[in-house]
Amino acid sequence: MSAVFQSIAPRPSPVKTEGLIPWIRTNLFGDLSSSVATLAILALAVYFLPGLFSWGIAHAVLKPDANVCQEARGTGACWGVVVEKFRLIVFGRYPYEDQWRPLLATTLLVALLIASCIRYFWKPWLALLWIVIVPAFFMLMGGGWFGLASVPTDSWGGLPLTIMLATFGIVLAYPLAVVVALGRRSDLPAIRSLCIVYIELVRGVPLISVLFMASFMFPLFMPVGKSPDVLIRVLVGITLFSAAYLAEVVRGGLQAIPKGQVEAAQSLGLSYWQTQRKIVLPQALAMVVPGIMNSFIAIFKDTSLVTIVSMYELTGALGLALNSDADWRPFKIEGYLFITAIYFVFCFAMSRYSLWIEKQVGRSKTR
Amino acid sequence: MAVRTPPKRRDWSWRSQAFRGVVYQLVALGVIGFLVWYLAHNTLENMRVRGIQSGFDFLLSPAGFDIGETIFPFDALDPYWKAFLAGIVNTLRVAIIGIVLATIVGTLLGIGRYARNAIVRGLCYAYVEFFRNVPILLQLLMWYLLLTELLPPLADALSIGDVIFLSNNGFQFPIPVWGLGQALAGVGALVGVAIAWAYRRWAIGQFEQTGRVRSLVLVPMAIVIGAAVLGWVLGGAPTDWSIPAIDGFVVSGGATATPEFLAVLLGLVLYTSAFIGEVVRAGIGSVSHGQAEAAGSLGLSKGQAMRLVILPQALRVIIPPMTSQYLNLTKNSSLAVAIGYPDVVSIANTSLNQTGRAVECIAIIMAVYLTTSLSTAAFMNWYNRRSAIKER
Repeated sequence: MSAVFQSIAPRPSPVKTEGLIPWIRTNLFGDLSSSVATLAILALAVYFLPGLFSWGIAHAVLKPDANVCQEARGTGACWGVVVEKFRLIVFGRYPYEDQWRPLLATTLLVALLIASCIRYFWKPWLALLWIVIVPAFFMLMGGGWFGLASVPTDSWGGLPLTIMLATFGIVLAYPLAVVVALGRRSDLPAIRSLCIVYIELVRGVPLISVLFMASFMFPLFMPVGKSPDVLIRVLVGITLFSAAYLAEVVRGGLQAIPKGQVEAAQSLGLSYWQTQRKIVLPQALAMVVPGIMNSFIAIFKDTSLVTIVSMYELTGALGLALNSDADWRPFKIEGYLFITAIYFVFCFAMSRYSLWIEKQVGRSKTR
Repeated sequence: MAVRTPPKRRDWSWRSQAFRGVVYQLVALGVIGFLVWYLAHNTLENMRVRGIQSGFDFLLSPAGFDIGETIFPFDALDPYWKAFLAGIVNTLRVAIIGIVLATIVGTLLGIGRYARNAIVRGLCYAYVEFFRNVPILLQLLMWYLLLTELLPPLADALSIGDVIFLSNNGFQFPIPVWGLGQALAGVGALVGVAIAWAYRRWAIGQFEQTGRVRSLVLVPMAIVIGAAVLGWVLGGAPTDWSIPAIDGFVVSGGATATPEFLAVLLGLVLYTSAFIGEVVRAGIGSVSHGQAEAAGSLGLSKGQAMRLVILPQALRVIIPPMTSQYLNLTKNSSLAVAIGYPDVVSIANTSLNQTGRAVECIAIIMAVYLTTSLSTAAFMNWYNRRSAIKER
């Protein structure tokens, strides 16, 4: 009398948590509100995206022909305006046949900047390269040497001017910022108050007022009859402005250094400057690299403000290219989208670099 | 063994740190003093040579230009100081409305970065990355272009129920006619706030003594709204609205937001909210998971945990950067000059071109922004101290 063997029902297999379907289930249809949001957003996308695609790509006009663009108005974008005005937007009023000079100068400068961002190139010859390329940049742009026609600074414009203002703005502001940040934490009351007044004064006013000052008041400050070039005045304005913000970033790093570090350095007999140079600053500056990168991005964006004091960097050059041309003026929005893309590419690349470097700096802390 | 006496401290020696400090400071002050004297001397000399007049007396003479939009009536015969006042009011108006809207949008974006829905997360991320990587000036110019060139003219304005209109002439909407009822409603609301505040203090005291929980949000809100409604009813419950009506090229009635104002507001809100979104995200991220879990295990509901445990801790991280975003928004409103919104910078720029008093006009701009910045910073510092960790 033996019972027939009967196996019990198998246990259900564990719920799958890997793969596409489970991911969709948890991330798109996790609960009721999530599902509603997903469906609503998809509905909006279906409603709007085809129109956007048809305007921006399918019916867009690439040919630089104002009549064709005019016909396509309302149904398709006119990217032809970018093709037609490309040189004017990118190089501003720089003489047409000499535009290889800003191109070469800016390429060199950008290459130098990129090299300076990569650890592999942090060698003594990089400093030498800076010493060579920076004067070369100004000689190429300004001309007057080796048979290059002289180009006054008020003809400089477009992307080269944007990149130049941002680069030299930060390069000049950075050392000033470190000194001011140290000054703000100094034990000497007079120096401390001077630094605090400078930082708070500059941070309390908008950049545009500083630029107004550079453009209208600076000539009054100089000895009678002598006034530096408008480019230099604006550069001084941008430098003084961004140094105040950078100084606060650097101060954040200085405050994060434990007091013991300074005391240990002093007990070893290091002087104030030795302590700052060898102990405090290397640690503090490494800590605030993301903040410094953020300031750099801010300066890059802020260079667009020099348009308001009549310098034709990228934003100003677009206005210059389109405002006076009745045929192309209606397609300004496409022009704006084009320079928006340029700004976005530069700023986004810098913010990615900042994230990467944050990881590099953090690596010393993870074991 | 003879005790060696330490070398006598010589106070007037380069080796004395105190002496060196005094010298450094004197040198720094001397350099700054010389610089200030030099610049002032040059400025005076330049003014003398070029025959530039100086002084703030021009503020009393007629401005001679019209202002596109003002809160109070202004015409070209009014003096400069009134023009500047109109500019300051316009700056504050766009800044305050902008700060409120940017805080709301930014907070939603920051919370959205932690949403369970991946599309919502992705959209919030894309929004933040896009808007904060494009210069604010460019965004303002673009919004202005869109609002003035892509919207239909006034005659074919987009409208909702013929009471709200949107055209390249701006945004028209109805407003209640100001009267006794509205005034009393305002007074009622103020009284309500006072009563609600007293109730809140009492309820918190009761909670600390007896542990009994009373609503700290709904009841005070009901008190304020109730008091306002009571004032309105006492004032005769007026229901008159001033509704905009379009007749050809003119609008009568209602209130108007000009395209300039809308463009500045839209640009500032969208740009700043991207930054505020990041601030809020970092704040929420700074509160450790354990806090929420501990709150849950104590039996607090999700809402209570958010309100009583997570938010107070996140706020501590959020407030300082939020302050600087508010200040940035206020300072960025100065870019309104690029699209012709009559803010204080725009008025100062016009006055500067008319009178040639560069120093005075720029000084006014700087004074206005410095006052705003320093007072906002003082208020936020006070609020920050209140919400900081109370250490024993």
